[in-house]
Amino acid sequence: MIRMNVEKSLRAASGPMLLDLDIQIGQGQFIALYGESGAGKTSVLRMLAGLLSPGKGKIEVHGKVWYDSEHKVNLRPQQRKIGFVFQDYALFPHLNVRKNLEFALQKKQDPQIVNELIAVTGLTNLQNELPDTLSGGQKQRVALARALVQKPDILLLDEPLSALDTRNRSKLQDHLLMVHKKYELTTIMVTHDIGEIHKLANQVIHLEHGKVINTGAPLEMFSKNKLSGKFQFTGEVLSIEKQEVIYLVNVLINHDIVRIIAQHDEIEHLKPGDKVIVASKAFNPILIKI
Amino acid sequence: MNWEPLVLTFKLATVTTVLLLVISIPMAYWLAYSKFRLKPVVEALISMPLVLPPTVLGFYFLLAFSPNNAFGAWLNDWFGIRLVFSFSGLVVASMIYSLPFVVHPISSGLSAAPPSLREAAYLMGKSRITTLFRILLPNIRSSLLTAIILGFAHTVGEFGVVLMIGGNIPGKTKVASIAIYDEVEAMNYDNANYYSAILFVITFAILLLVYLVNGGFFKRFWK
Repeated sequence: MIRMNVEKSLRAASGPMLLDLDIQIGQGQFIALYGESGAGKTSVLRMLAGLLSPGKGKIEVHGKVWYDSEHKVNLRPQQRKIGFVFQDYALFPHLNVRKNLEFALQKKQDPQIVNELIAVTGLTNLQNELPDTLSGGQKQRVALARALVQKPDILLLDEPLSALDTRNRSKLQDHLLMVHKKYELTTIMVTHDIGEIHKLANQVIHLEHGKVINTGAPLEMFSKNKLSGKFQFTGEVLSIEKQEVIYLVNVLINHDIVRIIAQHDEIEHLKPGDKVIVASKAFNPILIKI
Repeated sequence: MNWEPLVLTFKLATVTTVLLLVISIPMAYWLAYSKFRLKPVVEALISMPLVLPPTVLGFYFLLAFSPNNAFGAWLNDWFGIRLVFSFSGLVVASMIYSLPFVVHPISSGLSAAPPSLREAAYLMGKSRITTLFRILLPNIRSSLLTAIILGFAHTVGEFGVVLMIGGNIPGKTKVASIAIYDEVEAMNYDNANYYSAILFVITFAILLLVYLVNGGFFKRFWK
């Protein structure tokens, strides 16, 4: 259980901002920290990791106090045992993939974990390469594997997939889900991609101007009127075509483009690029064995 | 021709550079990462030798290190070290004189390295020392090389400080730059020319090497 009750004044692009949070996160959760840029998402991760001192408040993890302004407790990042994937990956440029992972080994730790993680993240063929020769997706996998070497309980991800194309993104999301389950992690990911949140997270914390404005399961958060539809996907509007009396909306769901007939009131506030939920009540779906 | 001044020059430059590197790394680390409020004062002090005439530095060293004055007398009584007109005096003066040339490249190299590299290492439980030596310094190799070469070259080229504090004692403090001056004074232009040409060629070769290494010229030969 992570309890974080902190206050910190930050200098955001729009002027001074007070980050005022009271967050509780259960063990084994996959949390999405969602919000506009400048809402304080990254600062939350950095305070949890010990890279940024909150100034006021208390952080408690698994019953242990990590930060307490009243009693002057502030564990150093070295003592917090956190796996952190940076937005810029932070791979050590002078070390090859395997050595990057080996550097993360703790004193007297069994080096076998390095082999295991290299295999799990599919880096076996790349283990002797230097980071500069890798693609974005490959670097991301190295950063993820490296963050897991010290067997952390908590994995923090700062917009880890933002620089990747759709295909690599989806592959890495699978990797993330897999390691989250396999290593029984509590994962907190900063993101503003709703599709990603639906796929990965079981809880969303929505930040705005340094305050939590909403928390809940992804579906509750992003579909305002609760639907009982059995089929439900999130996608991105590609185009809206006007036909005689109806509209045809092309929506990209994963890699498929789906054409959906819509009424005027449905498309009124839609424009290409918007994220939408496509739901159907599906009374009579057809099942075909493949 | 007497080789002694040249040998002395390169001995002085080597000793100075090695010692400077040892003290400059912690200083540069502090300059790059400290949030101390009086840091600009320290920065200004370290940079002083860049602008001050070497004779001014040399003059104050001479006063400070003289056994007739408190600091010099204390050094003499407690450690038996005499820094005026001696090789060790030259080393100390050269270190201060060349300090900014070694500290600045290292500290700007450290400031330019992405902060996430350091933070990533800390989060892996690594100490600051481990992070400095295993992550940061290997990644600013070109800054280190620049620092070493500039420190060395600048010490080879010094004149005023050395003359003030070292005098002109053959085999002890008579370095090449002073020998050249001496030979010119004595109208031995041939000898002065030998010393000058050798210094010219060696310093050019050293600097060329730095630019070739930092420009990646040698990378094509290995790998």
